[in-house]
Amino acid sequence: MARYSSLAILRNALSGNQQWTPAWRKAAPKPGYDVVIVGGGGHGLATAYYLAKEHGITNVAVLEKGWLGSGNIGRNTTIVRSNYLLPGNTPFYEHSMKLWEGLSHDLNYNVMFSQRSIINLFHTPAQEDDHARRGNSMILQGVDARFVRPPELKRRMPGLNVDGPSRFPILGGLEQPRAGTARHDAVAWGYARAADQRGVDIIENCEVTGFVREGDQVVGVETSRGRIHARKVGVAVAGATSHVLKTAGLNALPIESHVLQAFVSESLKPCLDCVVTFGGGHLYVSQSDKGSLVFGGDIDGYNSYAQRGNLPVVEDVMSELVELFPAFAKVRLLRSWGGIMDMSMDGSPIITTGPLPGMYLNTGWCYGGFKATPASGWCFAHTIAKDEPHAFNAPYSLDRFYRGYVIDEKGQGATPWKH
Amino acid sequence: MSGYRLAKSGGQIDRSETIGFTIDGRQYFGFKGDTLASAMMANGISIVGRSFKYHRPRGLFAAGTEEPNALFTVLRNGSREPNVRATEIEVYEGLQVESQNRWPSLSFDLMAINQLAGKTLAAGFYYKTFMGPVLGPLKGTRFWMFCEHFIRRAAGLGRAGIEPDTSRYERMNAFCDELVVGGGSAGINKAMDAAKSGKRVIICEQSAHALSPDQEEALGKKGITVLTRTTVWGWYDGNVMAAVERVTDHLEKPAAEKPRHRHWVIRAEHVSLCTGALERPIVFPGNDRPGIMLASAADAYTSQFGAIPGKRIAIFTNNDSAYATAARLSSAGAKIATIIDVRAAPSDAARTLAGKAGAKLLSGHAVIRTHGGSRLKSIDIAPFDVSMNRPSGASDTTECDTLLVAGGWSPVVHLASQKGAKPVWSEELQAFCAAAANADWSIHGAAAGDFDFGSNLSKNPAPVFQINHPGKAFVDFQHDVTADDVRLAHREGFIAVEHLKRYTTLGMATDQGKTSNIPGLAIMADALGKPIPDVGTTRFRAPFTAVSIGSIAAERFGDLLPERLTPMHERHKELGARMYEAGLWLRPESYNQPGETVEQAYVREARAVRAKVGLVDVSTLGKIDVQGPDSAEFLNRIYTNGFAKLPIGKARYGLMLREDGFALDDGTTWRLGENHFLMTTTTANAANVMQHMEKKLAVHWPDLRVHLTSVTDQWAGVAVAGPKSRDVLAACVNGTTVDNDTLPFMGIVQGEIDGIPVMICRLSFSGELAFEVYCGAHHGQAMWDALMLAGQPWNITPYGLEALGTLRIEKGHVTGAEIDGRTTARDLHLDWMLSSKKTFIGSAMMDREGLTDESRWTLVGVKSANGEKLKGGSHIVASENADNPGRSLGHVTAICYSPELKTYVALALLENGKSHIGKRLFTTDPVRTGSHVPVDIVSHHMVDPDGGRMHA
Amino acid sequence: MRINCPYCGLRDLAEFTYHGDADHALERPEPAQENSSAWNSWVYDRSNNAGQHRELWQHTGGCRGFMIVTRDTVTHEIISVEKVGS
Repeated sequence: MARYSSLAILRNALSGNQQWTPAWRKAAPKPGYDVVIVGGGGHGLATAYYLAKEHGITNVAVLEKGWLGSGNIGRNTTIVRSNYLLPGNTPFYEHSMKLWEGLSHDLNYNVMFSQRSIINLFHTPAQEDDHARRGNSMILQGVDARFVRPPELKRRMPGLNVDGPSRFPILGGLEQPRAGTARHDAVAWGYARAADQRGVDIIENCEVTGFVREGDQVVGVETSRGRIHARKVGVAVAGATSHVLKTAGLNALPIESHVLQAFVSESLKPCLDCVVTFGGGHLYVSQSDKGSLVFGGDIDGYNSYAQRGNLPVVEDVMSELVELFPAFAKVRLLRSWGGIMDMSMDGSPIITTGPLPGMYLNTGWCYGGFKATPASGWCFAHTIAKDEPHAFNAPYSLDRFYRGYVIDEKGQGATPWKH
Repeated sequence: MSGYRLAKSGGQIDRSETIGFTIDGRQYFGFKGDTLASAMMANGISIVGRSFKYHRPRGLFAAGTEEPNALFTVLRNGSREPNVRATEIEVYEGLQVESQNRWPSLSFDLMAINQLAGKTLAAGFYYKTFMGPVLGPLKGTRFWMFCEHFIRRAAGLGRAGIEPDTSRYERMNAFCDELVVGGGSAGINKAMDAAKSGKRVIICEQSAHALSPDQEEALGKKGITVLTRTTVWGWYDGNVMAAVERVTDHLEKPAAEKPRHRHWVIRAEHVSLCTGALERPIVFPGNDRPGIMLASAADAYTSQFGAIPGKRIAIFTNNDSAYATAARLSSAGAKIATIIDVRAAPSDAARTLAGKAGAKLLSGHAVIRTHGGSRLKSIDIAPFDVSMNRPSGASDTTECDTLLVAGGWSPVVHLASQKGAKPVWSEELQAFCAAAANADWSIHGAAAGDFDFGSNLSKNPAPVFQINHPGKAFVDFQHDVTADDVRLAHREGFIAVEHLKRYTTLGMATDQGKTSNIPGLAIMADALGKPIPDVGTTRFRAPFTAVSIGSIAAERFGDLLPERLTPMHERHKELGARMYEAGLWLRPESYNQPGETVEQAYVREARAVRAKVGLVDVSTLGKIDVQGPDSAEFLNRIYTNGFAKLPIGKARYGLMLREDGFALDDGTTWRLGENHFLMTTTTANAANVMQHMEKKLAVHWPDLRVHLTSVTDQWAGVAVAGPKSRDVLAACVNGTTVDNDTLPFMGIVQGEIDGIPVMICRLSFSGELAFEVYCGAHHGQAMWDALMLAGQPWNITPYGLEALGTLRIEKGHVTGAEIDGRTTARDLHLDWMLSSKKTFIGSAMMDREGLTDESRWTLVGVKSANGEKLKGGSHIVASENADNPGRSLGHVTAICYSPELKTYVALALLENGKSHIGKRLFTTDPVRTGSHVPVDIVSHHMVDPDGGRMHA
Repeated sequence: MRINCPYCGLRDLAEFTYHGDADHALERPEPAQENSSAWNSWVYDRSNNAGQHRELWQHTGGCRGFMIVTRDTVTHEIISVEKVGS
């Protein structure tokens, strides 16, 4: 398969773009694999890619129920950051950031990772101290962070309500300059293409309906396209984890599924050059390369598998957006959608061996799955290949809840809809 | 005016009233009732927009919400509204609009150079390049970011403003039995029928004039609420419908009391969708030249506005409806030169109409190419074979300045799709219809595929969606997605409908694919050799058409959240307090005297408390009235320490855990009677604690006879603290004494201050002899005044949050900064409060290994060793080297200057805190100040550890 | 979404607070059991059903009463609302 480059584009343009080939093969399932990954989303595809690249395991299939990338990789607000507070989280997300920084080259696919920075605004002295605490935590763990004051905020975001009357006057912001956004679909397609090139079978329209067991051991999966044997089965099905694991007899897990809405405005000329979050509520907003404002807020806050949100949250998010940018009142909302988040009981993810022998689980990403995609795949591949977690994901065990080693960035306890 | 306005026809305009408006500063005229689009057409303006990617010149394509090309920025009162469709802008005197996405002007756009890149800019080209070098200054993401800078500037449509929007937006809640969406004939009939059966009916029509004044009146007479210029854009669960009414956008001088937009939230028992159908185009090479538009659009411009799109019109169709259009246009005075029909044998009725229109009929033909620059000049027509779906012979050129395209009709099922109705393919319509409705809703008229309903629509179009012939044939006009792009997506395996959409951006522009989705699917189906419904559909999402963000924010625009003020708020302001936001509350931070810094103020205030006496407003503390025979038992389960045996007239400090064993909140609870307690919570946690306890009673302990009432707003509270506090109270309290016998530590008495009934509890957050005095909220200000007056002899000092914080830090009392949802009772040295004689919430889970691990961060005191200021948010490290501080051992939770210890101090959570006591560590703040201060780790009880003062 | 509060009638979603899986919440283990698997599972594990889900809601913006709402988590259709304990 041809490498992508500007030369290739030119050459193909001259031949009327007739020579391009499929980005990945439409593979049919073989009877068995060394590893089967359930879930053709970002994390599943990344896992397959790193299994092949880092561990030389290429007899791998990725099984996707619908079309590739149809889960949360296809419906998120594309933010990439590693600005965490707690020591259990920072090394993992920073590893992810480093993988992001080389990802387009690594995959030979432009995922449009734009390190345009994220700024978390704060509005009271107490919030300022909280942000300092987080920023200091980042710096002490080798992550970039800096404080931004109102004059600079005003310069960089001319529409930001820095001077005007506000319920939440802006005192400053905590910035992570290396943070940014990426083209979410391209991440799925890039991993798929790169995994495919290394021999991974990507099988779409193949729904897993059960697990094949020999005693306790998981030795394969039942699918809508027949039984597929596997020495190891990794499950990375954000938004459907409970549903899929029920088919293996696991009826309860430390996660709940909730709907998170996201929004885009009509296309605008560049007016916002970074990702910015509001400290007086729950809002994050950036502007895509096409010019749309891409923004979101809190989850709707009740169990849901429906990719549809409700109106009060829409009203909250719009109110907060115009609180920050009063001129955006005249910008128009173009589209909204809902994605299903597997919210864990402490707001942090799970990447682990088990819970059954032969099974490996990757879940609980709450809002944060997109930015984690590279490290999640990298760590999950390590965990599957070595049968033990890497140091980066060792804190993300399943038994941490029961043992009391929760990683609770928001301090909300086992109330998943509050994380 | 130019020759594009007919002498007659045009039911919507008033020729007696000429309206002046400007486009890019140039003056034009139209009539009252014109849209910007119809006025531009009447003025002979052919280029109305530039496309997104190639900056190709584009003309009007539609007459309604489906218009993809004519987008303008409306300038008004110094603010900008970008991307407004000209078909929806009603002209008013002085209207100013600006064209978009062009430089320097619409008719001459240098960015059109992008067209030269032609085929290199095919779908997906971004993904295949811009990766940049592996080494050098543009390695990593830098090369892409360098390119992105220019790509972003070329992309985007209108420019948003910077100046705040000064418009007002309004929210309206409405309820009805029947909501009718769409004011066409189906909608009117439906509304009338519902009103006849006694239902409360609302009918919404998105356009301004679809309903005639007579129709509006007739509906109004039946008691029907008629909302025009109102788009129902969202269908939420439980038939909660979101709509936006454009109240004043069309007015030259809106009345001051009128909002710009009104956000309607309509709860409807039943929704009737009468949303009609939209005409779709046929895709063919060169189909985007200005002068090519939907036949239905020309029909609308002529009949409603008396404007004709051109002088010599050709029509390209695959169905009968275009013939009626031709006849109507012709009778209105337009010249119809040719009708090109892909079908070999149009019906006799069609032939008759063609004859009536005086048009030459070319059946079994198709348009395969077009010519022209700023306006269409001619078209190439070739024989066409429907069964092969390919041109089948040599072409001929025909001159025309306008080509109307009629590709069949698609029911508007967007809202039904939002509701969850699956789209069902109709062979008869060659379009998707909504699947069966249910008790919540129904669908009628053209939206239901019922085209016989007095409409000009036709069924049974030939299944021709595209003319597959070389040349740029546009599917999505705004995003410049061509038929070749769709075929390229197919070639590269992006064949799932969502992949097609995402890879090519088909249907993602501001028109959301209203005219491009079906042709796009058809081209993919053709490439796959599958029927269209097998390619699939995407789900429509809210909003139906783009809706102003300000309208959805409505009354919260500029007023996001309420402010909670204590009864003494005015007094704080009079005393010069700087106010501080604590959740919704505004609280005094410090009472700065002239020239004082915050630090000088709080140090003075804290000193005054320790030396004599101060008072602080504590009305914001959560207060919950607990009553009922089982109240004591209830509190005994809620708190970790015992409350069952608390005597009447005494208070106790209590700690609550969550079920998972971590600390939840603390506060004092006062026993006012055998079955009556008053609980206080921290300000921040008041609502959480209330819900937590309500849930326990409702769900887990329904047998307990307890009633909870939030009384936070009913009581005003003041803490009087300092060695002279008892003297102050003695000087003003009647009805009780306040000496140590009557009012011992944690005792409660009732009395009066200046005739105001008060309840006094002797408890101390500051560590001094102190009292909390509560009265009814309405008396709060008077009580404050009385205490200030009584305290004058001791120079009583009001103190704010900063001084309150200083006093409690010195004393080592915890607040929300330490009870942060991650700490345990042991972490905070509150294990003495964990009763071993009973079970309580959290007792089962609090001893897990993770909660008792020696390495946990626990509470310590921190003293600046060299008198240097400590910084909030600092972490604690072992290294004195600020540039290489090593790992974090913990962080400070609260800092202050301690007047007692004469240095800066802090409370901190520190890894295995006890093991560091007596040691020298460093606080570090690299992110903010770079401060790196040597500190001594001490016990968190930094002042008066024995409690002698508060027990005095 | 609208919920038919058994005490107040049909009210808007914005007036209610969610409290999670009701069947789960009602099965609180005996407090005397220390850190047993029953407690672990009660505090942390959820069935997270796709389809019918019985859940606790509180009418915080109204009567503050608790109710069990049976709702389809795939469609958001509310099947029934009952008082807790009824």
